Amino acid sequence: MIEANDITVRFGTAEALRGINLTLSPGQRLGIVGESGSGKSMLGLSLMGMLPDAAGMSGQIRIDGTDMTGAKIASWRAIRARKVAMIFQEPLAALNPLRRVGNTVMEPLRQHLGHSKDAARARVLQLFEETGIQDPVAKFRQFPHELSGGQRQRVLISLALACNPKVLIADEPTTALDAHVALRITDLLVRLAEERGMALVFISHDLAAVARTAQDIAVMYGGEIVERGPVHAVLSSPHHPYTQGLLLARPALGAGHLRERLPVIPGTVPAMRDLAVGCRFSGRCAVELPHCATERPASRPVGAHHDAACHRIGAAT
Amino acid sequence: MRAHRAINLWLGAALVLPMIAIAAISLIWTPYDVTLLDVGNKFAPPSPSHWLGTDQLGRDVASLLMSASVNSLTVAFVAVGMGGSLGVMLGLLASAFGGWVETLVMRLADLGFAFPALLFAIMLATAFGPSLSNAILAIAFINIPVFARVARGAANQVWTRDFVLAGQAAGLGRARLTFDHILPNIAAPIIVQATIEFAVAILAEAALSYLGLGAQPPLPSWGRMLSEAQTLMYLAPELAIYPGLCIIIAVLGFGLLGDGLRDVTDPRLKQVRA
Amino acid sequence: MQVILLRRTMGFVLTLIAVSVIVFAVMNVLPGDPAITILGIDSTEDARAALRAELGLDRPVWLRYLDWVWHAAQGDFGTSYFFRVPVTELITERLPLTLSLALAGMTVTVVVGITLGMIAAARHGTFGDWAIMLFSQMGIAVPAFWLSILLVLLFAVGLRWLPPGGFPGWDEPLLAARSLILPTTALALVQSAVLARVTRSSALEVMRLDFVRTARATGLSRWRVLRRHILPNALVPIVTIVGMQVAAVVTGTIVIENVFYLPGLGRLIFQSIANRDLFTVQALVVLFAAIVVTANFLVDIAYVLIDPRLKGRMT
Ligand SMILES: Nc1ncnc2c1ncn2[C@@H]1O[C@H](COP(=O)(O)OP(=O)(O)OP(=O)(O)O)[C@@H](O)[C@H]1O
Ligand code: SF4
Ligand SMILES: [Mg+2]
Repeated sequence: MIEANDITVRFGTAEALRGINLTLSPGQRLGIVGESGSGKSMLGLSLMGMLPDAAGMSGQIRIDGTDMTGAKIASWRAIRARKVAMIFQEPLAALNPLRRVGNTVMEPLRQHLGHSKDAARARVLQLFEETGIQDPVAKFRQFPHELSGGQRQRVLISLALACNPKVLIADEPTTALDAHVALRITDLLVRLAEERGMALVFISHDLAAVARTAQDIAVMYGGEIVERGPVHAVLSSPHHPYTQGLLLARPALGAGHLRERLPVIPGTVPAMRDLAVGCRFSGRCAVELPHCATERPASRPVGAHHDAACHRIGAAT
Repeated sequence: MRAHRAINLWLGAALVLPMIAIAAISLIWTPYDVTLLDVGNKFAPPSPSHWLGTDQLGRDVASLLMSASVNSLTVAFVAVGMGGSLGVMLGLLASAFGGWVETLVMRLADLGFAFPALLFAIMLATAFGPSLSNAILAIAFINIPVFARVARGAANQVWTRDFVLAGQAAGLGRARLTFDHILPNIAAPIIVQATIEFAVAILAEAALSYLGLGAQPPLPSWGRMLSEAQTLMYLAPELAIYPGLCIIIAVLGFGLLGDGLRDVTDPRLKQVRA
Repeated sequence: MQVILLRRTMGFVLTLIAVSVIVFAVMNVLPGDPAITILGIDSTEDARAALRAELGLDRPVWLRYLDWVWHAAQGDFGTSYFFRVPVTELITERLPLTLSLALAGMTVTVVVGITLGMIAAARHGTFGDWAIMLFSQMGIAVPAFWLSILLVLLFAVGLRWLPPGGFPGWDEPLLAARSLILPTTALALVQSAVLARVTRSSALEVMRLDFVRTARATGLSRWRVLRRHILPNALVPIVTIVGMQVAAVVTGTIVIENVFYLPGLGRLIFQSIANRDLFTVQALVVLFAAIVVTANFLVDIAYVLIDPRLKGRMT
């Protein structure tokens, strides 16, 4: 579905993403966790061709068989909504405040799929049903500010699903929501991915939410994926010192946000340009080796479909 | 970013300062006496003796433009000064008392916006005959609501600051607080606004004088020079060019200067830059 | 919604009344004796007395005001002392020209200003953006009447494509339109420069908002995002400025008509000032001020129509 190879995103000389490799198969649900500033959103945006103007990107991307490496903006537009779609953190801010939400969701149907007004309307109501919006006909005519947070996020999900994308990228879709509403939204995303055979990239701070949503998990630090594997494997036997720190930071798999727990890992994420050229975690790592700061650790298998990038792996065992 | 912001300021100053200097010089010296007619030498082309040539009455155009700059600057200074002080006082009053006083002042300010300077000048010209002082009054008048709004907005913010609250707690009266604490702290936005309104006033004076509602002959004025030049367009089109350029330089200069000052003094923008 | 409209309308009517009081006070009361205003200071006391009797100027001020407002509200502004015809007749004869000029000026302003502003915002930081901003910066500093003179110099005196001024009357619609091209351009160029600036900065603010990212993520074209998502949300400051520009354009017609010798209301004002035709000027000033006030009123209402969030909040 998605194959990304060696993706690097630079702002000037600073690297916001470094050598990211990623594959997603149909129906696969991948969770991405990491502290603020670790590059989760950058990764999502790079898969949409929506990086900021100031960013320079290198690496190869194939999406549903189409090579998007170095693609022009027009080619990206052609696959947005139809192949990859994305939803964002703040549902209120993410919706045009002056438009009835029904019209917002109708727009891609009319623009991309050439639906007639009536057909588009019918389809929107169907999408609203599918995403669990109560009383779709009434909601269709409401403005974003008249809806609740959960409803707004469901509207955004409807909008993202309108053109039946193969991949849905959800960038912290539940962070702005109440805990119980968040649970329903994550469950909805899982159901939709299963029903539609759609791949899901679920970006979150919340390990519990990721555990509930994803089959696989990728842990990001300093613009790199430092460890990845099946959710249970990574959570029960983390190999990368950073992942270990994250898990130590949380007493149990409750609903806890990394942001709040993080002080247990000493220090804070350094600014992007101050990151070491070797292992990104060096300087904060408790088990650092002398060459960590200068040599980049390669990603090595540590279990079935489970690998991590750390000089300790192999060396210590 | 910093350099970009400062550009407005320097560009503005580079246009405004020479203009002020020239106006000052023309008070004591101009190349020729602007009241001196030399009809034998009318419409002379630019030459070493007459840099910009002479007009339909043989007067030296460069000297006329220099003298006219005094008129523009004086009118702007007096009008913005009068209207501005009155406006600031009203704004301070509104802010100090709040409640119905504030509502009343602001409603009056709204009302003031219904009368552009031109309409006001027309009323005064009909009632009292056209004159430069009526034009000044009209321009001053439109400045009152502008400054009342700015002063009140800025003052309302200062009133919530700690040192003012402390002063209130210490039992200082409204008038005392207003003059000791509020006024100095709203000086920056007021000066910025005044600079911008200076540009507006120069433009307004030129328009009113062009229409015959401002400077009366023989007082040299860019606007009036333009209206005279318009009737001579087929004979000496260049006479219609110079005064316009002077107006543009003055308006652009004060406008840029105001923008630049705002960029430099506005704390909100500073934060963005940091 | 109805409550808001009602309150706004009441405020509007009150403002109109206040405007009429101010105009009456400045033109009729401040100078002292309207008879002197009309006849001049060198008139004889007998003539003045006769005029006072004729026009009812010997009545108390408040009565004269009420009388004037009462008739004005019914469209009767008295008789022009100079032309000896009803002021309303003078106005209706000239209104079509001024109105056409103002409408054309506003239309060009809005179309050109918003288009340029949106292009500048879309091409933010490029040469196009810079060029548009330079045009706009210049446009703001250029006096409309000087621009008119330049246009006449270029297109009438130099190229001889268009007439330098005057108006052939409506019998020849094509010629009439032709003679309005330069005046409209002069009127609109400066205002569109102002509008382009405001549009650009407002659009740039909106562009940073999240829903624009959503719209882009939906694969919409740049132009569509700009027109259907950014522009509507950038509209509040734009409408505010457009409201102020109605005032500028309407009073601008007064200037422009005098530059181009167009027989509209602006010309009439100046003739009437010269003729000391007090009632005509008074009527015209009130009319122009009322247009300005009405424009502001409409802007207030437009806010509510633009932004559904304000419906609940504005009281
Ligand atoms: N326009 C930009 N210019 C320079 N650096 C940028 C820019 N945008 C983002 N970055 C940097 O890129 C890095 C990755 O940011 P990103 O938003 O992807 O983090 P994130 O993991 O999504 O964090 P959060 O959890 O806060 O959303 C950050 O260090 C950020 O400072
Ligand atoms: S590579 Fe070195 S610094 Fe990085 S996580 Fe492993 S031990 Fe720590
Ligand atoms: Mg993010």
